[in-house]
Amino acid sequence: MPIQVLMPALSPTMEKGNLAKWLKKEGETIKSGDVIAEIETDKATMEVEATDEGTLGKILIPEGTADVAVNTPIATILADGESAADLAKAPAPAAKAAESAPPAAAKAEVPAPKAAPAPQAVAEPDPEVPAGTEMITQTIREALRDAMAEEMRRDPDVFVMGEEVAEYQGAYKVTQGLLQEFGARRVIDTPITEHGFAGVGVGAAMTGLKPVVEFMTFNFAMQAIDQIINSAAKTLYMSGGQMGCSIVFRGPNGAAARVAAQHSQDYSAWYSNVPGLKVVAPFSAADYKGLLKAAIRDPNPVIFLENEVLYGHTGEVPKLDDFIVPIGKARIARAGSHVSIISWSNGMTYALKAADELAKEGIEAEVIDLRTLRPMDTETIINSVKKTGRAVTVEEGWAQSGVGAEIAARIMENAFDYLDAPVARVSGKDVPMPYAANLEKLALPSAAEVVEAAKAVCYR
Amino acid sequence: MAAPKKAAASSPQDKTDGGSPPEFTREQELKALRDMLLIRRFEEKAGQLYGMGAIGGFCHLYIGQEAVVVGMQMALKEGDQVITGYRDHGHMLATGMDANGVMAELTGRRGGYSKGKGGSMHMFSKEKHFYGGHGIVGAQVSLGTGLAFANNYRSNGNVSVTYFGDGAANQGQVYESFNMAELWKLPVIYVIENNRYAMGTSVSRASAQQDFSRRGVSFNIPGKQVDGMDVRAVKAAGDEAAAWCRAGKGPFILEMQTYRYRGHSMSDPAKYRTREEVEKVRHDQDPIEQVRNRLLAAKVSEADLKAIDAEVRDIVNASADFAQHDPEPDAAELWTDVYR
Repeated sequence: MPIQVLMPALSPTMEKGNLAKWLKKEGETIKSGDVIAEIETDKATMEVEATDEGTLGKILIPEGTADVAVNTPIATILADGESAADLAKAPAPAAKAAESAPPAAAKAEVPAPKAAPAPQAVAEPDPEVPAGTEMITQTIREALRDAMAEEMRRDPDVFVMGEEVAEYQGAYKVTQGLLQEFGARRVIDTPITEHGFAGVGVGAAMTGLKPVVEFMTFNFAMQAIDQIINSAAKTLYMSGGQMGCSIVFRGPNGAAARVAAQHSQDYSAWYSNVPGLKVVAPFSAADYKGLLKAAIRDPNPVIFLENEVLYGHTGEVPKLDDFIVPIGKARIARAGSHVSIISWSNGMTYALKAADELAKEGIEAEVIDLRTLRPMDTETIINSVKKTGRAVTVEEGWAQSGVGAEIAARIMENAFDYLDAPVARVSGKDVPMPYAANLEKLALPSAAEVVEAAKAVCYR
Repeated sequence: MAAPKKAAASSPQDKTDGGSPPEFTREQELKALRDMLLIRRFEEKAGQLYGMGAIGGFCHLYIGQEAVVVGMQMALKEGDQVITGYRDHGHMLATGMDANGVMAELTGRRGGYSKGKGGSMHMFSKEKHFYGGHGIVGAQVSLGTGLAFANNYRSNGNVSVTYFGDGAANQGQVYESFNMAELWKLPVIYVIENNRYAMGTSVSRASAQQDFSRRGVSFNIPGKQVDGMDVRAVKAAGDEAAAWCRAGKGPFILEMQTYRYRGHSMSDPAKYRTREEVEKVRHDQDPIEQVRNRLLAAKVSEADLKAIDAEVRDIVNASADFAQHDPEPDAAELWTDVYR
């Protein structure tokens, strides 16, 4: 029976890609290991290798086709003795991994963006953006890159360091093009040395430089957390205000997809516990840009938590010379009067989807995108809860000592009399992240859980 | 004068020459004596104040190791940075920080360098290019490498002098830092103050490679063992290392073979070594006595030396007086300096 070649995934988060080029023609003999095609996403190109021997029977997806979903059959291979007449017998695409083995480098994963736009919210007007401002559509990846490039143009003391930030153009392609524009003095590839280069960054910042330190993921920043907390966060205080450091630690945080426990932890609560740090965790492309620029200018150490799943999401970014979103201000992403749903970063995906569902059932949820976790914009939360009388928090991290617990406490302290129901928390489950697809899905929060929690606090 | 511990003969690294180090001028000898005495008397006073309960928490005294910071400081130029761990009082005084401000920080008063919020292990001075004072063993090595990174970034010709002990030398981030420093040719002198004990653990019980000058071998960082009890040897080694760094050749390691007379901290009964061992080093190798004896041999009068003693005692007594009478920080200071 003819063998189907399926569209492979370049990374755990890739959903589709472009078929750039066929390197074999129909009728050509193929050996296992031959490169038969090239596929690409907006940030990487990969070769497709045959894993079977035979003859390339039929090309199902012509070269130049964009947005081919992962696991779509792209060609068939005829085994010895089979002919074109056998092509009809090809099996239906199986729901298994792609024929070609996906790249599996543990540290330098090359995930591709999702083409899907971020959920569109019925948002309140953003006070940072003047009415009538022209908007451009960008991926979050591009918004981050532009933010760094703009700040580097503006201030020669700003530099970027981390693993694969320069020549590789960023493990997640967030620093694409920075080396070309700013050179190796200001875009610095480090060895795999999180503890060491975090300390080097803090030391440089103590002299007044403004490092942007990229962690390939915040999971690896565990190696560096001593320097982040004991050196970066505390020095201003310990020096009686003499010596602080303006430094940004940034990188993807939280669950990606199918990378299991050691690569899928949300550190929101960890860093937001520490006085001396500011902690930012945006959701929209505009906020990613405006808040990263604000973080780089901030004279304090800022933890800038990104989300890998969101990197490829597109959004509207104001076309302004200097678009800054102030740290410490939440945003009403969707106005409503029945229940306040409070989240940040990728938690907003579940929150906004849930709000859409709830609206169908007549419940108007007000969705607050915290954007900054420390200092937390308590006022916006409290004003909303005073209006709605009900609150649900949504986070990917664990519930115990989580940010949701902190929000619930602040609501209790500041708006107890306004509450019509106990605050509900939706969070990641209290387990290390499992690998199996079904278990991983169960471990993460979902829009359905948010809907359920919102209905529960509305006694519906 | 023999170094406290001789290196293995097989080391490919440079060694202190068998002969005497370059002589100091009379002015240099007098300055070294005065600066070392200031540290000695200051630390003795700090020990007294600790015993009286005026200083709290941890208090790690530098007595016995004075030649290291004083000799190194004589090799530096304006703009060079200094960073160290928790045994930091001597480094601060050597950089020229004010004794009143250091002592008042020890007593937790508002006139302290950190307004009383840092304490013994956490003091800084931008003006004197002193970058702390760090309480996490080994953390200052990455930070000091970052100071050198900044010097390189700015091409300012300055050198970062990064001090750490034989204990910290076993921390992982030290080697992460060595790798980056040599890779990027950063101007940093790693001064390993080998005082033979990491708290209560002797070097031989903690270190597979006891020749600390060789700790950079696999990174191609040159190293040198130095008699850290002889201020002239320290200065000569510092000159060589600083010249290496300023020439753009990257980092340099100096193992200073020294000795601390007191316990690890004030609460350490020092049961891990004999009284005789301490007394022998004090008698044979004391860094201050060495200079004093040379000065006397060079016919400097007792009266001149006594004048130095008196000046130092006045400074130290004034600092103790200030540190005990300066008010504690205002309660409002609890909330300041968290952010700027």
